[in-house]
Amino acid sequence: MFPISLSARRLPLAEGLFWLLLASGYFLLPEHLTLLSQILIMGLFAVSLDMALGYAGILTVGHAAFFGMGAYAAGLWAKHAWAEPFSGLLLALLVCAALGYLLSYLVVRGADLTRLMITIGVCMLLSELANRLVNITGGTDGLQGITMAPVLGLFEFDLYGRTGFVYTFAMVLLVFCVARRILRSPFGLALRGIHDSSKRMQAIGSPVAARLRMAYCFSAAIAGLAGALMAQSTQFVGIESLGINRSAEILIILVLGGAGRLYGGLIGAIVYMVVHDWFADMNPEYWMFWIGCFLIAVVMLGGGGLMGMLARMVKVEKAR
Amino acid sequence: MKAQRFLAALSLIGLACAASAQTADTVRVGMIATYSGPYADYGRQFDAGVALYLKESGGLLGGKKAEIIKKDTGGPAPDASKRIAQELIVRDKVQFITGLDFSPNAYAIAPLVTQAKIPTLVMNASSSAITSSSPYIARVSFTVQQVSDPMARWMLRNNVNEAYTVVADYASGTDAYTAFEKAFVAGGGKIVGSVRTPMNNPDFSAYVQRIKDAKPKAVFFFFPSGVMPPAFLKVWKERGMAEAGIQLFATGEATDDSYMDVTGDVAKDLITSHHYSYDHPSAKNRKFVADFEKEFGTKMRPSYFAVAAYDAMSAMDQALKKTGGNVGGDAVMAALKGLQLESPRGPIEIDAQTRDIVQTVYIRKAELKNGKWVNVEFDKVERVKDPAKEAK
Amino acid sequence: MGIVIFDGVAYGMLLFLIAVGLSITLGLMNFVNLAHGAFAMAGGYAAAVAMNSYGWGFFPALALSFVTAALIGGVLEVLLYRRLYRSHPLDQVLLSIGLVFVSIASFTYFFGPSMQPFTLPPLLTGQVVLAGMEVGRYRLFLILCGVLVLAGLLLLLNKTRFGAMVRASVDNQRVARGTGIPVQRLFFATFMLGCGLAGLGGALSLGMLGLEPTFPLKYLVLFLIVVCVGGAGTVVGPFVAALVVGVVDMAGKYYLPEAGAFLIYVFMVVTLLLRPNGLIPRKGL
Repeated sequence: MFPISLSARRLPLAEGLFWLLLASGYFLLPEHLTLLSQILIMGLFAVSLDMALGYAGILTVGHAAFFGMGAYAAGLWAKHAWAEPFSGLLLALLVCAALGYLLSYLVVRGADLTRLMITIGVCMLLSELANRLVNITGGTDGLQGITMAPVLGLFEFDLYGRTGFVYTFAMVLLVFCVARRILRSPFGLALRGIHDSSKRMQAIGSPVAARLRMAYCFSAAIAGLAGALMAQSTQFVGIESLGINRSAEILIILVLGGAGRLYGGLIGAIVYMVVHDWFADMNPEYWMFWIGCFLIAVVMLGGGGLMGMLARMVKVEKAR
Repeated sequence: MKAQRFLAALSLIGLACAASAQTADTVRVGMIATYSGPYADYGRQFDAGVALYLKESGGLLGGKKAEIIKKDTGGPAPDASKRIAQELIVRDKVQFITGLDFSPNAYAIAPLVTQAKIPTLVMNASSSAITSSSPYIARVSFTVQQVSDPMARWMLRNNVNEAYTVVADYASGTDAYTAFEKAFVAGGGKIVGSVRTPMNNPDFSAYVQRIKDAKPKAVFFFFPSGVMPPAFLKVWKERGMAEAGIQLFATGEATDDSYMDVTGDVAKDLITSHHYSYDHPSAKNRKFVADFEKEFGTKMRPSYFAVAAYDAMSAMDQALKKTGGNVGGDAVMAALKGLQLESPRGPIEIDAQTRDIVQTVYIRKAELKNGKWVNVEFDKVERVKDPAKEAK
Repeated sequence: MGIVIFDGVAYGMLLFLIAVGLSITLGLMNFVNLAHGAFAMAGGYAAAVAMNSYGWGFFPALALSFVTAALIGGVLEVLLYRRLYRSHPLDQVLLSIGLVFVSIASFTYFFGPSMQPFTLPPLLTGQVVLAGMEVGRYRLFLILCGVLVLAGLLLLLNKTRFGAMVRASVDNQRVARGTGIPVQRLFFATFMLGCGLAGLGGALSLGMLGLEPTFPLKYLVLFLIVVCVGGAGTVVGPFVAALVVGVVDMAGKYYLPEAGAFLIYVFMVVTLLLRPNGLIPRKGL
């Protein structure tokens, strides 16, 4: 039965089906909309990490720095300046892109382990900074008092999370398509080349460092957008959005889903958060045990996460 | 997609549960607490307190059958807390929300409970502004400021007019410092030095050495209950600070009953201020502790978490009796305002203006009694209100 | 001033003791073992149980912690780690995180989420006068242990055949295998040694850091800092790095308490930017 073969022409159809199913959550699971929204946001965050980690090969456990920055940017904007949602997203995008660009200079140096530690260090420093600037961020109590204006002036963020879901879904789909475009473009191919062998890429004249910086910058911007979406839909920013635990969690989600594959982050987010939510209800004390076993099982059954397993089960035939 | 089928199945179960439990004779209470991770004990303590009260009341609150729906946030996780609260309100259709062990979790749900008009009883979160963030939130636990202020005043009354403060660098630590400093300085005392330590600090030797070199007459500290206070006290003992003539005072987090067995003798003779001690010599507390140990054994000692949970249930019960079974948000909140209860900790009241807790703060000393380390109360300040709101 | 340096050195020694195993496995096997702290925790709990429930003395308990952690390491190496040597680093990360979660949950189940009680043996309690300063005995003991372990490891790596084989495999695995060195068995033995040392460090940290089930995650970043700043794959590197980290942390908290937690991370980032391969780069054991 396995591997199932799938024609390459059918692939976009499969993708479309995936998004359609997610959208149908609005009708099928009307009481879980907040969970679905948060899954989508984490999925987008994971995809952003994939851009840096899976495609560009920059090992980072500090990506929540951008998620948190985006969340605080959007939250503070809504609280003090203008509560309109789209402007908040734009601000978060710009702020995190700028931050990402600055930090990218630090991140392209040194070997894997060095990069890892630098990203961790930066993340912890930002976390401490947020703790210190209590008057701005609210410190460990969090940033409260964010009330979002209605989307497009019409749709208020309601109690059931309906507006939140549609808004989040639309933005995540949009940004995902942009990311997909970027990763399938010549730029994306260059990234893959660099990941495979940066020496060879340098030999053929590709500006390796510049490409890596660009990738990190995009990745940071998208992570910031995800953070902003979280801030706007929960109307609260906790200091945990910036921390090392959030970074580690998103890394687990991505690797679980399968790094280096377009849908890895999304699949990882869906599975991880659903399992976590399930356990939080059933058996919260030991969820850590079962998720640990689950992670070990996924690795032992062959690498590449869930998407890797899927890839082994479904073979895509090249278009003729 | 496997995950989609999973979600659909989950929703069916959810719908079935919601459908089955909607009768007028039950009151549904949503509990948002921590049941996993390093703070898993908080949830356990809450559960124990709730179970004890329900046993006494025959499982009824205000004459209706109580149904408790527990959800785990895994520690301070405001987005999870908000999501869970939303689901409890929309899907499980709860009439009360309680639990809330961490302040960010409480702050995150404030706009939600205001919008949905759901009475919310805070069982632990101790940041002062929580009750101001929504007119539907009342608190039965304590605030950090409420227990730090009396310590400052007590120290001044006992001729300690110079202090060096050490707090953990987070919101509650700031609260403790603010309240202490304000009361101490207003009473004529002098703060000779202050330091804030990072939360994940493994070793306190640098800080204790700094204090030793500064030679203050007394030190007041605040750390969250758990691993930090014993670590600090260990270094304090090691450096011979008491022999150097430096007195030590703290809030009751340092000698939290649930950790006292492990903290052990490093806390010997430590004077602290808090609102509940396992050793409190009232008939109600003796019964509470005895019932607790009968139900749950002696491995876990009841702490202020369990007492607050017990009192939250008691408050709900009394409020519903007052409203005659009406679970409407406004009616319940009106009934909660000014409510007076006899708690295992002593007499408590929910302030009519601020909906915050008014209670007695005790000054205690850590002693070995019957082979157990306990906080023996020897002084008290009655009817203490949260100083942050008093100032306004 | 002197006492601050002393405290810093003692703290650094403890970090070294736990992290040195990670440096060896990372450098030798190129395996990103984030579960290293879990072995330290296992050793710590073994010692705590032996002392609290069975009345063992401190020193025998230390020996037990080494052995227990080494054994668990050996079992896991055969069952899990062995199959992933050639895997993608991310899969290794996922596996080790999975192990950390399982270990945290298991220890919480058996021992509860709070800290383990621990009383220092009378020999190591209190202070002693050294060079005009009053220093804690336990900290002095930690420094002694650290130096002994360093000396022992250097001897092992430089003067024995085993050590020569390890150094050869660290330099170039393929060639080493080609010359007939049993690389697989070497990995097995070295991994056990690394885990055993971690276990020993875990038991020693009972008196200083406090042991509870989230230990592996709480201090993971610190261990990684020591290994990375020191240079993975060496023994002297982490030793120097641990000392520097310990002293910088203590001195920072003493002289600039407002900087608090910032200092160590700033220090780490700056050092790594200046010397991306660590203080003592690889080939110099």
